Amino acid sequence: MIPKDHLFDFMLIHADTSLIISQRLSEWCGHGPVLEQDMAMTNLALDHIGRARLLYQYASELENAGRSEDELAFLRDELDYKNLLLAEYPNTDFAFTVTRQFFLDAFYIDLLDKLSGSADSRLAHIANKSLKETQYHYKWSSDWMIRLGDGTEISHEKVQNAVDRLWEYTGEIFQPAECELGMMEAGVAPSYEELSDSWHQRVNSVLAEATLKKPQSTWQQKGGKTGHHTEHLGYLLAEMQYMQRAYPGLDW
Amino acid sequence: MIETHYNSETKQRIERAIQVLETVSDPEIPVLSVLDLGVIRQMKIVNQLLHVDITPTYSGCPAMKVIELSVEAALLEAGLGPVQIHTVIDPAWTTDWISEEGQRKLREYGIAPPNTAERIARLKGDAPRIACPRCGSEDTVCVSEFGSTACKAFYKCKSCLEPFDYFKCH
Repeated sequence: MIPKDHLFDFMLIHADTSLIISQRLSEWCGHGPVLEQDMAMTNLALDHIGRARLLYQYASELENAGRSEDELAFLRDELDYKNLLLAEYPNTDFAFTVTRQFFLDAFYIDLLDKLSGSADSRLAHIANKSLKETQYHYKWSSDWMIRLGDGTEISHEKVQNAVDRLWEYTGEIFQPAECELGMMEAGVAPSYEELSDSWHQRVNSVLAEATLKKPQSTWQQKGGKTGHHTEHLGYLLAEMQYMQRAYPGLDW
Repeated sequence: MIETHYNSETKQRIERAIQVLETVSDPEIPVLSVLDLGVIRQMKIVNQLLHVDITPTYSGCPAMKVIELSVEAALLEAGLGPVQIHTVIDPAWTTDWISEEGQRKLREYGIAPPNTAERIARLKGDAPRIACPRCGSEDTVCVSEFGSTACKAFYKCKSCLEPFDYFKCH
């Protein structure tokens, strides 16, 4: 048996990551470089909101403290969010958004695949549902990495810059938090070492096809999973939580 | 959907419910009923309460809430209440559950129905060939993997030059 608080924390890491990346992607609504990509990014955002809901609902039941999915999503403070730092990084430009998405999708496609066979059946069902969606996300983000990297001189430069800048946020993904270690031990979550290997394989092959260079630096940021965030998250939360804070219990 | 041990009264209520659900349509694709779409997974009656299991197509699809409400409202209106709606995510919805009738309706509506050959082509790494719902030509090109709703991709026919939606395999 895994302690309930480990499961709860694990749900929050991934629910928060989905919620925050969804909020970021939604910022593109009406601002996409072309109409089709505006729609693509908002579609991704929608899938992530859906996944976040399923995970928050489960987390809410695990916690069993009367906090609803909405309260978990909208009424916690910055230090209580456990999302990956990568998810909160600002959109910056289309190349950054695509690269951020690609780094996350290349992780989630394998994590969800493994979790769909998890010993925790509720988690397995959620993972199985989300995996189908993430396969489309991965196709979109890896296609665009190649298209931009192997595109014009300017698009190449922009996406290489995004890869270099975002690289320091990728190491954290595979540094297991306490809850993740507990879940690995119980056989509920897969080994992050294995996941890291398959992530690097995916990244190597897409970067090579995109004629992009893999950054050599090894220094990595960390802190998202324990609530130590970059300066960007506070601004995002201020905007995202405004309605629930101003009108508590607001529904539509 | 109808269990054999039901008595005739219970059976009738479920049969009526199925008839009613044939008239409840998907808010985004109004030619499809919720039965055509394959989102109604089970109906059963326990202690006079009609339980309806609904599965979401895409987990964030905003139409799901509307579908739940319209199913409940239609059943209540037909006097088949009390009703309880449950959301189930396992097994995950697949486009294989869209009925043949649903596929035909989609094509007539101008949306290319999901194509199993697409899934096989993807496995082999080939580009899937989607037939244009207007002229039937397979000389089509994907404009965007993501269309006007979560379940569709956007295509263009190179023969008749018409753009069209493709209900993607899921």
